[in-house]
Amino acid sequence: MRALSKHITAGLVAGVLGAFAVSAAVAGDVGPKVPVDRSKGECVLPGDEMRRVHMDILKHRRDATMYQGIRGGKQALEACLTCHMVKDEKTGKPVTVKSEKHFCRVCHDFAAVTVDCWQCHKSVPEEASRQAMIGPDGKMKASMIAQLKAFVHGEHGGRK
Amino acid sequence: MSEQGANRNAEKGREDIHKAASHDGMDEARREFLRNIAAAGVISLGGGLTLLTMGGGEALAKKPEEPLDPKKRWGMLIDTTKCSDGCQKCVDACKQENGWEAEPNSPHDVQWIRKVNVKDPATGFMMSLPVMCQHCANPPCVDVCPTGASMQRADGIVRVNMHICIGCRYCMMACPYKARSFVHEDIPEEEKRFHAPMGKGCVTSCDFCAHRIDVGKIPACAEACPEGAMLFGDLNDPNSELSKRLREIPTYRIREDLGTDNGIRYTRLP
Repeated sequence: MRALSKHITAGLVAGVLGAFAVSAAVAGDVGPKVPVDRSKGECVLPGDEMRRVHMDILKHRRDATMYQGIRGGKQALEACLTCHMVKDEKTGKPVTVKSEKHFCRVCHDFAAVTVDCWQCHKSVPEEASRQAMIGPDGKMKASMIAQLKAFVHGEHGGRK
Repeated sequence: MSEQGANRNAEKGREDIHKAASHDGMDEARREFLRNIAAAGVISLGGGLTLLTMGGGEALAKKPEEPLDPKKRWGMLIDTTKCSDGCQKCVDACKQENGWEAEPNSPHDVQWIRKVNVKDPATGFMMSLPVMCQHCANPPCVDVCPTGASMQRADGIVRVNMHICIGCRYCMMACPYKARSFVHEDIPEEEKRFHAPMGKGCVTSCDFCAHRIDVGKIPACAEACPEGAMLFGDLNDPNSELSKRLREIPTYRIREDLGTDNGIRYTRLP
């Protein structure tokens, strides 16, 4: 009986500590910073909102592509990877999800959430489509951003 | 399959399909009407029509951000008279486009399209043809799938939604064309294609290059064929190049007796 209560106490303490860690992460003081190249233009939503809803956008988009063939300009997932790509310091090539520096892993490692996306999906954009998304000034093309915004706010993107 | 048996079955299948069609009088009358309209158009075009050649297909109108058009049904006509033994261009193009690699006749490698050589033992006549997912209107793979992962898009493309595939391989058993394969091993990052994700534990198959069709291109195999033997187009549009061609020449589907109503047709079959 005493052993059991000891376990419960330990669990409670861990839970409280955990909750504290999460709230601190949301406040942005100790949490990870998602690498992003802002020179390529703005994201579809503000960062704090993306942190909460990116999985919903991805999942909705996934079904829209599977069943309706909506590809949102270029590949929308590929558009994420284009701005959030991290280049390896030595080789200068984009890092794959095997690296801790990959933008997905920066947060997901911290939050200890494992995602299965990259077992099948490529975790770096294809070179050709990356070039197609970026204009001569090095920024993401305005048409691309417009399409992404239309997707998130519009008829098919459907975040109500 | 034995060629002769398949032949007999195909004959029987054609009769059955004919009978089934005559039951549906209303629908048939409508089709006939459409056919007549299209024929009138062809006559007014006159000799210009003969300039149309097999190869590729018409330009497709879909923009990437638009949803697909459910009025369409994608299909393909493969001219086996132009298909030569030993040519692997369509297979190579598919491998390149969709990022799979297979040893010939390997029981475990991923395979979206293969070249099949057939021989009539009575006469020694040989022919070669590509076989891939036949994009059936009544796909057995979709019937048997326990999770709904094996699916048919509104425009007729049959594919696997790998997000909900549990890898049970029932669809592989159900497919009469051996079109599906199971991914047994992890695919290395550098061999993955962004637009054709596949991963260990899922079933995968030809999806008619849905990622290309969705942005207004034709499938990679049709584009790569040096003989123009693969004509891709909309079966529902009586004015598409494909439909016109199908009206002009006799065409066949593999195992028509099964009533799967394949989207892929061949100019001749053993």
